[in-house]
Amino acid sequence: MDHVQTTDHQPPAGETRRSFYVAAIYGIWGLITAALAAPALIYLLVPPRLRRQSEWVDAGDLSQVPAGTPVEVTFRRNRVDGWKVSSEKGTAWVLKSASNQVVAYGPECTHLGCAYHWDNGKNEFVCPCHNSIFAIDGRVIGGPAPRPLDRFATRIEGNKLLLGPLQASPEKSA
Amino acid sequence: MNQINGIIEWLDHRTGIQTAARRFLYEDIPDSSGWHQVLGSVAMFSFLVQVFTGILLAFNYAPTPGDAYNSLRYILTELTGGRLIRGLHHWGASMMIVVVVLHMVQVFVYGAYKKPREATWMVGIVLLLLTLAYGLTGYLLPWDNRAYFGTVVSTQIAATAPVLGPYLTQLLGSQNGIGVVTFARFFGLHVLLLPPLTMLLIGVHVYLVRKHGVAPAPGDETLPKKKFYPQQVFKDTIAIFIAFIILFTMAVAIRVPLEQLADPTDTAYIPRPEWYFLFLFQFLKFFNGPLEVVGSMVLPGLAVLLLLLVPFIDRTQMVKVTRRGFAFGFVALAAIGWGSLTAAAVITTPAEAREVAVDYSAPTDWMQLSPEEMAGVAYFRRENCLSCHAVNGSGSQIGPDLTRTTIHRNAAWMIQHFKSPQGIRPGSSMPAIQLSDAQLNSLAAFLLKLNPDNATALQNAPEFAVQGALVYQANGCSDCHKVNGVGMEIGPALNGVSKRRSRSWVEEHFANPEKLSPGTSMPPFKFAKTDQENLTTYLFSLPDK
Repeated sequence: MDHVQTTDHQPPAGETRRSFYVAAIYGIWGLITAALAAPALIYLLVPPRLRRQSEWVDAGDLSQVPAGTPVEVTFRRNRVDGWKVSSEKGTAWVLKSASNQVVAYGPECTHLGCAYHWDNGKNEFVCPCHNSIFAIDGRVIGGPAPRPLDRFATRIEGNKLLLGPLQASPEKSA
Repeated sequence: MNQINGIIEWLDHRTGIQTAARRFLYEDIPDSSGWHQVLGSVAMFSFLVQVFTGILLAFNYAPTPGDAYNSLRYILTELTGGRLIRGLHHWGASMMIVVVVLHMVQVFVYGAYKKPREATWMVGIVLLLLTLAYGLTGYLLPWDNRAYFGTVVSTQIAATAPVLGPYLTQLLGSQNGIGVVTFARFFGLHVLLLPPLTMLLIGVHVYLVRKHGVAPAPGDETLPKKKFYPQQVFKDTIAIFIAFIILFTMAVAIRVPLEQLADPTDTAYIPRPEWYFLFLFQFLKFFNGPLEVVGSMVLPGLAVLLLLLVPFIDRTQMVKVTRRGFAFGFVALAAIGWGSLTAAAVITTPAEAREVAVDYSAPTDWMQLSPEEMAGVAYFRRENCLSCHAVNGSGSQIGPDLTRTTIHRNAAWMIQHFKSPQGIRPGSSMPAIQLSDAQLNSLAAFLLKLNPDNATALQNAPEFAVQGALVYQANGCSDCHKVNGVGMEIGPALNGVSKRRSRSWVEEHFANPEKLSPGTSMPPFKFAKTDQENLTTYLFSLPDK
């Protein structure tokens, strides 16, 4: 086959022009694609500006919370949702110790986000979806949950309990 | 390399995709083909850009009157690249119309619509109408004043159609005015009906072009054919690239404003259609009363019919383009007619409608400032405070950041400090500010309002508002009027004056209050022209409250 090609060789001028055309076509289309794709990716992937830092919300009177047992506390908070700011109901499981130390667990199971509850008889948090079980300090003691319960940042002003952003538990997973 | 070839070959055996692409690219085209035939490809490219940017916009857009405006504002102000994507879509629409019309003009001038290409031409005309329909329906979607009133007019025109009027009104959901139903219809048309229809017709159009081949010039039929690829593809690509550069530059450089949220009670607003519909708008002015329908429906309808029938009206043999004087004359005449109607529409638009409207896609916190604080912005700029001080972390580091100094934050301290910086802070390198007490008050009032959250927004206060507030303060307007809750109540509060009065009324009222409001206690004011413009624009940009 090789010798056929060499004898059939095109005049070099025509060939260079042809390869110039082909190179220009690929180059320009590459450029256009990049010029459209780059802003599109930035537009889709960069998080929105002007996003308000999650503020502290008032979760109620701490003196009403009994010490030693987790209590579900409901509160209202503003959520920035795209072009809307909506007021929605939130809940937390609040545990107050005798020395007035407070832990507030996020209401979602760390496995797949179901709402768990406190089982008073067994003294543990039980998730109804896949039977994850958490101890009173948030540790996983059974089921598929991969990490301890998440916690809200907390602040106490007088008798008021303020909740901040939700964070992963500082404790190592069980 | 061999492996890739293997995969391509496997795919081609199963799908025939490579063979199809080859057949498409290695199509025979006449020897005379060249630069004049690139416009069809550019039109197709413009359409693809619209599809791409349209989908991206739809990802962050809520198609209801309540949310449309807010979501677009979110795209423009909070999303990185949002303004560019919207700019591409906005200017891309204009570009697509220009390119489609130029494509039609080229085909017309060359007589490429002649037998057997009549159907190709007619499908092309329908595609032109579809392109205009995108413009008409897309115009409503930002739901600002401009969108709202533009659509009010176009649906009312549709309602005047003989026989069909009531049905069109019903179809557009506009029997009870423009609202949620019309909005849903326009959005549905714009994104669900028109795009697939366009794709189908582009498919038919391209199929017909391929079926009959690219129209040859007379005498060209006997010459050996060329291949479409790569030479003609190269020319098409260059043309597309030029169009793309123009579009991209426009999207970056020319800011598309988002006006005030649609307000049906705004009697001061002067609606004007997009530039490509201005000629129709002007044309309509020639027809009054019962004749109106002639201008809005009958004649435009006849013009479209005439365009569709062009191949059957001109059935002569194909001749060289240089000998088609009549066609050139016709195009020139149409261009002159279009150009003069558009020019007349622009010239007769009152100055206030042409003035730069307030761009609500920029942060508008400045609107909440009192005139005194607003005037403080002017002194802040005039005294070049930023040459030594930073605001919210950006700027010079010589003096303290003005959004972060909270220790001495009271007006009395600041004014003392302005007058004699070293008297209050020995060793300070700040120069004394040479302003009157009232002016220093103003500056201090503004600085007290400054915080890290609003700093950028306040620095972005438009110049007309800042200058207008200076005029407002200098003339003691607040001795009688209230703005944003500050001032006396001897005269009416000025928030919402744009809803109550026209600009010309307000400006005449400055000069001669007694004439327009007999018995008023307001003294006449004689302002310099720019002062008056700034003051009026500022007052008209105030929130309604």
